[in-house]
Amino acid sequence: MTRANTIALLGPVTLLALVGFVGSLLTDVRAIEFTNALIFAAIVVALYVFVGNSGVLSFGQIGFFIVGAYAAGELTVPADAKQSVLPSVFSVIRDHTVGNAGSLVVAAAVGAIYALLVGIPLMRLSGLAAGIATFAVLEITQNIVRNWEKIGPGPLTLSTVPETTDLWQATIGAMAVACAAFAYQLSPLGRKLRAAREDPFAAQAAGIDVHRQRLWAFVLSGALSGFAGGLFVHFQGTINVQDVFLDFTFLSLAMLVVGGAGSLWGAVVGALLVSGLDSFLGDAENDAVSWLHAPDGTRMVAVAAFMVIVLIFLPRGLTRGREFSLGWLRGLRRSGETPRR
Amino acid sequence: MTTIQTLIDAAATGAVYALMAVGIGLVFGVLRLVNFAYGQLVMAGAYALALTNGLNPVLSIAVCFAVVIALTMTMDVVAFRPLRRHGASPATMLVATFAISFLLQSVATLRLGVLGKTVGTLTGLNGPIGDGRLIVRWIWIVAIVVAAVTLALLLLLLNRTNLGLHMRAAAADFRTARLLGVRANGVISFAVLLSGVIAAIVAVVMTVETPYVTSDYALRDTIIVLVGVVVGGIDRLWSATLGGFAIGFATGVLNGYLPSTGTWPFTSGVYLDSAVFALVILVLLVRPDGLFVRRERGAVERV
Repeated sequence: MTRANTIALLGPVTLLALVGFVGSLLTDVRAIEFTNALIFAAIVVALYVFVGNSGVLSFGQIGFFIVGAYAAGELTVPADAKQSVLPSVFSVIRDHTVGNAGSLVVAAAVGAIYALLVGIPLMRLSGLAAGIATFAVLEITQNIVRNWEKIGPGPLTLSTVPETTDLWQATIGAMAVACAAFAYQLSPLGRKLRAAREDPFAAQAAGIDVHRQRLWAFVLSGALSGFAGGLFVHFQGTINVQDVFLDFTFLSLAMLVVGGAGSLWGAVVGALLVSGLDSFLGDAENDAVSWLHAPDGTRMVAVAAFMVIVLIFLPRGLTRGREFSLGWLRGLRRSGETPRR
Repeated sequence: MTTIQTLIDAAATGAVYALMAVGIGLVFGVLRLVNFAYGQLVMAGAYALALTNGLNPVLSIAVCFAVVIALTMTMDVVAFRPLRRHGASPATMLVATFAISFLLQSVATLRLGVLGKTVGTLTGLNGPIGDGRLIVRWIWIVAIVVAAVTLALLLLLLNRTNLGLHMRAAAADFRTARLLGVRANGVISFAVLLSGVIAAIVAVVMTVETPYVTSDYALRDTIIVLVGVVVGGIDRLWSATLGGFAIGFATGVLNGYLPSTGTWPFTSGVYLDSAVFALVILVLLVRPDGLFVRRERGAVERV
């Protein structure tokens, strides 16, 4: 790796580690907020792997997140609780229980396989058609998860999942997702896709199979989304598909675009900043911040207003879609990569 | 008899969705902006109706129009224009309208409470017509007639007036239209204004059958209509409108035909959404530019 690339990776990874470290110095309540922010960083980076590198909008990643979360959750529900939590599931789910690490691997695998199956037909689409088709996948996923009791608790909340995701697991998990995303974007596969993002016709003329490259990114993104789902379900201990599928989809996309969809640094910054602001204002509403009291409901309004303002004045996001560099630190506009568009 | 009933239900839903599709398609035509916050315009109109329940219905509806149009124009000046000026990509513009939609929803929750309000403006129209064997509500007829009239007026405007010509020119090729002397900002503002008027009409019609207004009012409908608009073909107003009607109609028909019980996916009413969205995927795979768009030979794939 060149020096610029090393720095570009170290920036977001160090920031994630720092968030984990600072969180560990604080009280348990604060640590939970930091863990939440780190899990959102994992979700947004997973989304970035596809949306950022391909330039194609996708609403499907929270579908893979949900599938990963349910898979990891159902396989770790203690054996004696399964009968009551998951009364009518397939025997495969009923008879198998795996540990924490194993469930995360399963979550990533399930997310990847699902993304592959969905991606094979859908990656031929682009533009708004791709956006709507992936949204349709999200809708079908939530509809089936919510109703089919052979694969989960149906309309009920999946509960009694062991809460094993602590601050350290979330930190390591988010760092691992960021490293995977960066390794991909530097790999020949990632470079081909980024070339296709800049100019699909030139890329095709240079012999790049754009649809295949998109599919690889989609599958990796699915795996990372599933993994993030596993982290999330072990963090909350419960999950209900209806509570997450739309909110998380819009929130994660907004975080990505606010940070800057063109770079890993943007994905990490956007996720941490927006969820940090959200938690901070939530605390201010609950009188947990000594110098600021916010009336109930300010949180939602302020976070939304913040996102609107950033998007209007910085349409390429806070990082302008550039990777982290030392010049950025010094407030200079120097970067190895030219800004997009 | 039930078949006819199903078709009437479906046509009524389709008519309202077609109206929303016109509003969304108009703005997309001139701004290349998918306005996700369109549902919040309808929500604002519905709240305006609910908060003026005591007034004379005509006055109440006038307030509704005023509120929605004012909000639409504010959105245009505060958000859409700066977005255009800063050269935001279509994806950024879409996400910006998500954020606007969140913002309006949370403001509504904050100011008007979590509990909804009920609209009582035109409740009489919700009554059924006839002897009860076939249920036809007045509002369905109103919805279909209003949608047809609005569309007809809009088509007259687009095809028979200078302003309409300018709008069509701007929608077909914005840059060239400007070069040829079309006043871009005026045309855009007018299209946005029209979309606001249509949102107000939708608010009036929708609150008759669904009078309970909360901050997420019309959100689900907007999502469905957006899907329908893209499936129909967002590049042309006609195809976008037909797409909106088609998804409302298809949802209504599937809803009528799927049995209410059954466990395997796609055989019972609870899997209605799956069936509709599976159809959506199928159509997009076969006709990515839109179901109702005439295919042009040699057209370059848009990426």
